[in-house]
Amino acid sequence: MTERILIGKVGLDGHDRGVKVVARILRDAGFEVIYTGLFQTPATMAAAAVDEDVDLVGLSMLSGAHMTLAPAVVEAMRAAGSNAPVVVGGIIPDQHIERLKAAGIAAVLTPGAPADQVVAVIRQVLDQATHDAQ
Amino acid sequence: MTTPREDWERSFEASRIRDADYSTMSGVPLEAAYGPADGSGDYPGQYPYTRGPYASMYRSKLWTMRMFAGFGTADDTNWRFKEIIKSGGDGLSTAFDMPTLLGLDSDDPMSLGEVGRCGVAIDTLADMEDLYAGIDLGATTTSMTINSPAAPIFAMFIAQAEKAGTPRALLGGTLQNDILKEYQAQKEFVFPPRQSMRLVRDTILYTAAEMPRWHSVSISGYHIREAGSTAAEELAFTLANGFAYVELAMKAGLPIDSFAPRLSFFFNAHIDFFEEIAKYRAARRIWARWLRDRYGAVAERSLQLRFHTQTAGVSLTAQQPEVNIVRTAIEALAGVLGGTQSLHTNSMDEAMALPTEKSARIALRTQQVIAYETNVAHVADPLGGSYFVEALTDEMERQAEELFAHLDALGDGSMLEGCIKGIEDNWFQGRIADSAFDLERKMNRGERIVVGVNRFTEGNDERSMDLLEITNEDEARQLKRLDAVRHERNGAAVEEVLARLAEEAADPEVNLMPTLIEAASAYATLGEIMATMGTVFGRHVEVPVI
Repeated sequence: MTERILIGKVGLDGHDRGVKVVARILRDAGFEVIYTGLFQTPATMAAAAVDEDVDLVGLSMLSGAHMTLAPAVVEAMRAAGSNAPVVVGGIIPDQHIERLKAAGIAAVLTPGAPADQVVAVIRQVLDQATHDAQ
Repeated sequence: MTTPREDWERSFEASRIRDADYSTMSGVPLEAAYGPADGSGDYPGQYPYTRGPYASMYRSKLWTMRMFAGFGTADDTNWRFKEIIKSGGDGLSTAFDMPTLLGLDSDDPMSLGEVGRCGVAIDTLADMEDLYAGIDLGATTTSMTINSPAAPIFAMFIAQAEKAGTPRALLGGTLQNDILKEYQAQKEFVFPPRQSMRLVRDTILYTAAEMPRWHSVSISGYHIREAGSTAAEELAFTLANGFAYVELAMKAGLPIDSFAPRLSFFFNAHIDFFEEIAKYRAARRIWARWLRDRYGAVAERSLQLRFHTQTAGVSLTAQQPEVNIVRTAIEALAGVLGGTQSLHTNSMDEAMALPTEKSARIALRTQQVIAYETNVAHVADPLGGSYFVEALTDEMERQAEELFAHLDALGDGSMLEGCIKGIEDNWFQGRIADSAFDLERKMNRGERIVVGVNRFTEGNDERSMDLLEITNEDEARQLKRLDAVRHERNGAAVEEVLARLAEEAADPEVNLMPTLIEAASAYATLGEIMATMGTVFGRHVEVPVI
């Protein structure tokens, strides 16, 4: 079964180079990728995660709003009944990574992450989620 | 018959020259420009301006060291502005936060977590007053990076300056106001393209009539390149957008030479050194030819492309961030050798956060080293005549002309229509995404080396740089400020002016600038003004392509 990944831009950040490149990397790696487009809210991301029954959600964030918005997406998804893990990529200072993980983010990818690392991290997070569900 | 050299010498001698020692470190005297021994060729300040817009270039005036800054509340940014002026920066450049860029108030639910994060939050005239408090706007030039809400933010700026005693006719600076590249690359759009272009038209008409020192549009390739385009695409899309604005203003009845001198450009300085220099040279030549031959401009100022440069944010790495100082220096040097009129250098920590004061200072010092230690500013277009750089300049021009031909056909002979259709068809967006992915693939295959990323990674674990932390306190302070303004202002006056704005927005013949200035003066919020226009203009929704 092909795993389904929802990737999106939450908030007002319009930088979409990274999200599009990552979408293509994941598609080339055999995942089914759904891209939400810009200006999503935690509520619209959660609804899309449930409607599309995705296995993982990826958020691309370059505006500095990650500490507020990423945990809000996780919370909205859990409330809507999606247990899919959430991965964040973008301009994320090191010292925020542990705090994001504590807020329920499964993994964080920072600038310069090569394609094979992106794919490996996504696979690892998906495997862990499958393992946790059993 | 005089030779080009003799013509140039005459123009040069008529120019005011900065006091400096124009010789090498070892005492070899340097001419201000070089050319073939027989006096032929073309020189800086001569059509088509490949070698520079002015005869004397940096011997008259070094580029403006314009450092982009903005974070937190208007008070915070005002303090950073004053620091920049104190440490020798000579132009201000304002970064706005995401809610402001999208025309939302700080208390809008969508603004949560974004207030003051990547720029300064501006909700009302009160914030604009704090932002420029104690800064003489008649003496310094101000650049504002704002696009979708450019007209209302500009209105607040004018209202603020006049309230502080500087008449608008004396204000010098630049409004980015380049909406086309928002749909193509930067993606901070609000209204649909045609409605947004009406606001651009209004600002061009207003500044042409009222503000002789103001640059109404800064036609920006920077974001196109950052979004992933090649150098030639950056060049072509930017100039095509420029042609579109020219056609827009001409359609509104302005004679070309009344506004073209106030258009300026903004390019990226990426890491491929010579390609960047060739790009700037080609840009000047193309602009001069098109403005003269296609649009009938006669005034020299209309033909002379002038540009701001920013080093490439995307070239910065989070790995071994100190190395970014070196990248930025090389990129900045390309901008200078390419003849830029102003320059922003990025700070080493910007792949991780907004810059700290220290890293921003090092970035400014980088420009000062280039300007004052290296002597590279002594000779204009020092690479002119290099077989390599001349060939690369021709190649940039050739590739750009191919892309213009496509847009011209798409618009049935109108670059304005071609650019709008190219946006509506996702042509620009698709090409940029393809180029970004191509480069990514090359990096992943190791065909393109990035130090610290796919080679030379020893030392990547030592990441302990102090970063600027913007707390939620800024957001809370801004919300309080906005709340106070909403309570103190005359609500009836705000309603009256907004109702009038809605009526005028519905009539495409009306120039909205005067009413926008009234709305700003009544302390209407940016969100209220944009929502009012939105009821008439509607919203742009992008169909995402991956």
